[in-house]
Amino acid sequence: MKTRPLLSETMAAHGVSRRTFMKYCATLASVMALPPALAPRIAQALERARRPSVIWLSFQECTGCTESITRSHAPTIEEMIFNTISLDYQDTLQAAAGHQAEAARHQAMKENYGKYLVVVEGSIPVANPAYSCFAGRSNLDVLKETAAGAAAIVTVGTCAAYGGIPHAMPNPTGARAVSDIITDKPIINVPGCPPIPVVMTGVLAHFLTFGVPELDDLGRPKAFYGDVIHDRCYRRPFYDKGLFAETFDDEGARAGWCLYKLGCKGPTTHSVCATVKWNGGVSFPIQSGHPCLGCTQPDFWDGGGFYKPLSVPTGDYRALAAGGVGVGAVVGAAGALVGRGVKAEAARKHETVDAHDLEKPS
Amino acid sequence: MMAPIADPRFSPMPAGMFFSASVGNALPLLHQIRHALTALLTGGTETIIDLGAIPFGPGDEAVLEETLGTGEVHAVLTAMGESHVRETAIPGVWRIDHRDMAGALQSRFVEITMMPDILKTQREDAVRGLKVLEDRLAALDGGTPV
Repeated sequence: MKTRPLLSETMAAHGVSRRTFMKYCATLASVMALPPALAPRIAQALERARRPSVIWLSFQECTGCTESITRSHAPTIEEMIFNTISLDYQDTLQAAAGHQAEAARHQAMKENYGKYLVVVEGSIPVANPAYSCFAGRSNLDVLKETAAGAAAIVTVGTCAAYGGIPHAMPNPTGARAVSDIITDKPIINVPGCPPIPVVMTGVLAHFLTFGVPELDDLGRPKAFYGDVIHDRCYRRPFYDKGLFAETFDDEGARAGWCLYKLGCKGPTTHSVCATVKWNGGVSFPIQSGHPCLGCTQPDFWDGGGFYKPLSVPTGDYRALAAGGVGVGAVVGAAGALVGRGVKAEAARKHETVDAHDLEKPS
Repeated sequence: MMAPIADPRFSPMPAGMFFSASVGNALPLLHQIRHALTALLTGGTETIIDLGAIPFGPGDEAVLEETLGTGEVHAVLTAMGESHVRETAIPGVWRIDHRDMAGALQSRFVEITMMPDILKTQREDAVRGLKVLEDRLAALDGGTPV
């Protein structure tokens, strides 16, 4: 097995000063949602760490999560690749293709067996593997093969974590989450559609420095998903005072009041959107005037309408979503039969959202 | 010295945007800084506040910036991008903004301390510096320094 250099050795080879390293650690502490005073401990851990091999698998997805992580500003994906991790396989970013790409994956697995990190983007279709495959192999096969020698798996995006949009009713591909298939490895779920870039790099940095972070009951790192957006939202005081925007262009909307009545899912959605924010910390959906869609939660797509307040009953949708989850446990012919019935029901009751819905008072 | 790169968070509130100190998060943060400064003066306890963890709304940054003001010291570190270390008009309260090589903001802190650690020379760097100086002297003298 090839010995990888210590991170401190890699940085020294790049002429990085101790002060620069401490600056990097201070930023990492912020990104990892740790107290700033822990920066020296992060430095200590990083000095002893070796760059882990990372194999990134892209399954049934839109590549939005890869697009997102390439916009991480702290640390940038380039810093991660050059200083922190060894990204040995990522079919979107790597130069190699075809047989060479697959050979790189197998080599990384062989050289780092039991120690490499697998990052999964996208759900896994099990109803018919032909919906998503690469190099002539199904996503299911490649996941099982690659996960066998992994130290841990990080799912990035709601698709890999909970099935996401492909899993939305009527789930034509039989999309499944990684945790439905791999049950004998630590799995860190980093949901979001896409996740915030620095949350993804922050989780990778946490794994590198302190191992698997503390997770909530949905497998998410508590540091990033411990609070609901509502509790950290700067519009929360308006909610407490009963000041709500009723439509997207009324006085309340212009004054920046709470978006609860416009369907904001902030009260039930766990994420650091309100503090870490997007685009280098400039803003987040609620600050830009749009309700939270709840994209870090399982089955957010089947929640009954993005613009309906949480307090409004959602008819059969929740029952359908629960049914979908139940069906998810049954893989095979019986599942397919039930699935067809659920699909037909969902298609019959499908409700579109138009401009009038957006203006509808609650 | 280069001026800090403009950041949309520091821009004034958009016209018509409602803001009141009673609903913003700048005021509680300023009180936290006041408590931290008291702790520094009475017990020597230093505090670092990660501004990336504070849910700021429009206008909050401006309130913080205006209330703390600009002090006597503004140091710029050039370490894989610039870091601006500024003492505010409240001595003992420092603003530290780390940027990457493209000028994008990476992290920002308020430090309540007599001297931020990042300004001090790190021991490892001084050790390396001694070796560099010795090598240079050796090159000048043509021999080993005493």
